[in-house]
Amino acid sequence: MSTTAGTAPVIELDGVEKVFDVRRKTGTLRRTRTRVRAVDGISFTVPRGEVVGYIGPNGAGKSTTVKMLTGILNPSAGRIRIDGIDPTRERTRLARRIGVVFGQRTTLWWDLPLRDSYELVRRMYRVPDAVYARNLDTCVELLDLGPLLEVPVRQLSLGQRMRGDIAAALLHDPEVLYLDEPTIGLDVVSKSRVRDFLRGFNAERGTTILLTTHDLTDIESLCRRVMVIDHGRLVYDGGLDGLHASGESERTLIADFARELPPIDLPGARCVGVDGPRQSFAFPAGRSAAPLVAALAADHPLVDLSIREPAIEDVISRMYGATS
Amino acid sequence: MAELTPGEVAAALPAAAGRPEHQEPRWQPAEAMRAYALIVRMWVRSTMAYRTSFVLTALGNLAATGLDFLTIVLMFAHIHALGGFTLPEVALLYGATSTSFGIADLTLGSMDRLGRRVRDGTLDVLLLRPAPVLAQVAADRFALRRLGRITQGVLVLGWALLRVDVRWSPVNVALVPVMLVSGAVIFGAVYVAGAAFQFLAQDAAEVQSSVTYGGNTMLQYPPGIFARDLVRGVTFVVPLAFVNWLPALHVLGRPDPLGLPGWLDFASPAVALLCCLPAAAAWRAGLRAYRSTGS
Amino acid sequence: MGGFYGAVVTRGFRRYATYRSATAAGVVTNSVFGLIIAYSYIALWDQRPHLGGYSEPQALTYVWVGQAMLAVMALMGGGFEDELMDRIRSGDIAVDLMRPADLQTWWLSADLGRAAFQLLGRGVAPMVCGALLFDLALPSAPGTWLLFLVSVALGVVVSFGLRFLVALSAFWLLDGVGATQMAMLAGLFFSGMLLPLNVFPGGLGEVARALPWSAMLQVPADVLLGRHRGTGALAALAFQAGWAVLLLAAGRQLQGVAARRVVVQGG
Repeated sequence: MSTTAGTAPVIELDGVEKVFDVRRKTGTLRRTRTRVRAVDGISFTVPRGEVVGYIGPNGAGKSTTVKMLTGILNPSAGRIRIDGIDPTRERTRLARRIGVVFGQRTTLWWDLPLRDSYELVRRMYRVPDAVYARNLDTCVELLDLGPLLEVPVRQLSLGQRMRGDIAAALLHDPEVLYLDEPTIGLDVVSKSRVRDFLRGFNAERGTTILLTTHDLTDIESLCRRVMVIDHGRLVYDGGLDGLHASGESERTLIADFARELPPIDLPGARCVGVDGPRQSFAFPAGRSAAPLVAALAADHPLVDLSIREPAIEDVISRMYGATS
Repeated sequence: MAELTPGEVAAALPAAAGRPEHQEPRWQPAEAMRAYALIVRMWVRSTMAYRTSFVLTALGNLAATGLDFLTIVLMFAHIHALGGFTLPEVALLYGATSTSFGIADLTLGSMDRLGRRVRDGTLDVLLLRPAPVLAQVAADRFALRRLGRITQGVLVLGWALLRVDVRWSPVNVALVPVMLVSGAVIFGAVYVAGAAFQFLAQDAAEVQSSVTYGGNTMLQYPPGIFARDLVRGVTFVVPLAFVNWLPALHVLGRPDPLGLPGWLDFASPAVALLCCLPAAAAWRAGLRAYRSTGS
Repeated sequence: MGGFYGAVVTRGFRRYATYRSATAAGVVTNSVFGLIIAYSYIALWDQRPHLGGYSEPQALTYVWVGQAMLAVMALMGGGFEDELMDRIRSGDIAVDLMRPADLQTWWLSADLGRAAFQLLGRGVAPMVCGALLFDLALPSAPGTWLLFLVSVALGVVVSFGLRFLVALSAFWLLDGVGATQMAMLAGLFFSGMLLPLNVFPGGLGEVARALPWSAMLQVPADVLLGRHRGTGALAALAFQAGWAVLLLAAGRQLQGVAARRVVVQGG
């Protein structure tokens, strides 16, 4: 068994950098070279079995980092170890220990039944029969793939295909699973199904998961730890609560009243919008909404309530407002 | 679909058995061949999902490649010899290069799609699999319809072998299969080198095809009809002359226009192996460049 | 409406003009093949001077005109037909048929724009390459060049007419691959791309010269080589124009049938 202590780091990065030379046309013939630091000195470790959210705005260096962790790109400087393996030197050995799911790019075979794609994984990764049967059974049951196994992939819906892709990435018992936007484009039911599966699989198998996403609900329902990258640097590494606190992000309480009212002055929140009988109140994301609701219900004819969670981009941009 | 709680998910999962010890790296060429065969099998099965289309394109491939030979036959409606070669003799050259090129085209012909994969980023998916990238790229979109070209080449070659006026000494008999295999390897090396170049210039596929397809067309004719410098170029720069010209000229008992030493007629296997070295080096360099620049 | 279709022509031209590296690569390929075929013709004309009524320089000129016309006439594909077939198969064609613009005229305009670019981008450079390497029989009279251009334009319309029919076959055939491929083979063979049709033996030659494909290479090449003079030249152009009209009319008929079919199926 290669699974040892629960806290031994399975992902280790030390001072990792990635520098690109970008050539840009500046005239009909002239080109200038500029050096772009896509990843600028990142260090972190992830203990075995942890689920980590890796977030940041587009172009922040997220996908470059994931490409280095999976052996697609070699780092310009620094040290990476995945389960003790150097991705640069031992790409194929690493490939046997990781699973990767790209939300917008399927690895399944378009014209063939889903089962054929899994058979290829079994052979290419040399998955022992017993392990393959066990993993396939698990995925089929929990991802509800049974009726889809004999269906050509081109006939699957986006949600079905995503579930199929996740199963394909897990059949060889990877130590680390990388998920890039695993719920993008899915409906609410499919999203929660994928999340439930990942949470359960992680709890049971102890598979380490690194997740990049724009969907804050993915992070909230799966990750205890979040890393935020921007301009190639790690700007936050900690719990989700801390992220809200350090960024002073706000949630929005949307209240519908029985009739139109003047803007309400609510202690601990500020009124950010009045639209007929509907009023919106922003309050710090770290605080509970309960006292606000109680205060509103006590003094006003409240009909309905909802709370909007902050989007990741909001959280990050607020963080910047606070730190820089 | 019913909602599942984490507890239910966990309960449904069998207790984690020990993870299997991962195999250590095996002998690379064998691993590469295995991965190649696995992926080719998937593409063949995908092709068979559209059986009619496959049959039509295979026949079209056969007919399209046959047009080249039809041109030569039409030329011989007016002449008895082209560049001093009779029709069966030209057919021997034609059949030999078409068969060799057909084998390379079938096994590696889809490598000219590498540039597109680099551009749209799908090459990354291949880098995530535990198999040599070269084998995966070579097997990518394997097109069984290209059997059409080989079939046509073999048919013409068979006809030529029956009709040429040659003394079939053991050496001549042995030289024919050696020529076909060496030729396929030389064309294969050109394909690999061309693909490696696409890491740098993603639109280079068509330039590569002017070497492969153009070279194949050139080799269908007797070397004597071309300008000396052109023949020197395909002998010493891109050694396509070793695909069929030199060994076939030996079989036909004719001198080569450059007056090269006789032993070079037997050098095709060695030249083929030598071609693989720069091709492999170019491939490694290309892949390394990709992994360091990602473009 | 003339202004509208003129704009479509311009757009077709501009669209192909953006594929710069593909154009450059195509020129290289055309030149390489021109070189190889030229030497095989030299060997042939060495044995049979005046074969098909051509002198050796004329035969070599024919080779390079052929390379120059390959992309212009879309003999190896690369024109509008793949796109139109995709639209038919995906059903988007129903929207196109609803538009005020006429389907055939719209695609003809776009294809003329494409051909105009290919003539400049992929026609001129191989000709220059051929003229530098070999002794060609190019005319000095501007009038002959003008006639050649007219002949090329008519050839493009004939080429379009044929490809439009092939593309419309996608309404009835599930898989257009077979039809496209057959059309391409017929085009390569009967246009005179492989060997001048004057060199084809006996009856085959006579039939080939009467078919529409000869309007795409054989006729323009002979016009440039000065083999059609005076009324002969007019007859050659009339031959092309006749096929062009016939094919366009057939395409229009077929388009009407296809449009009714789309309406019946409810798009």
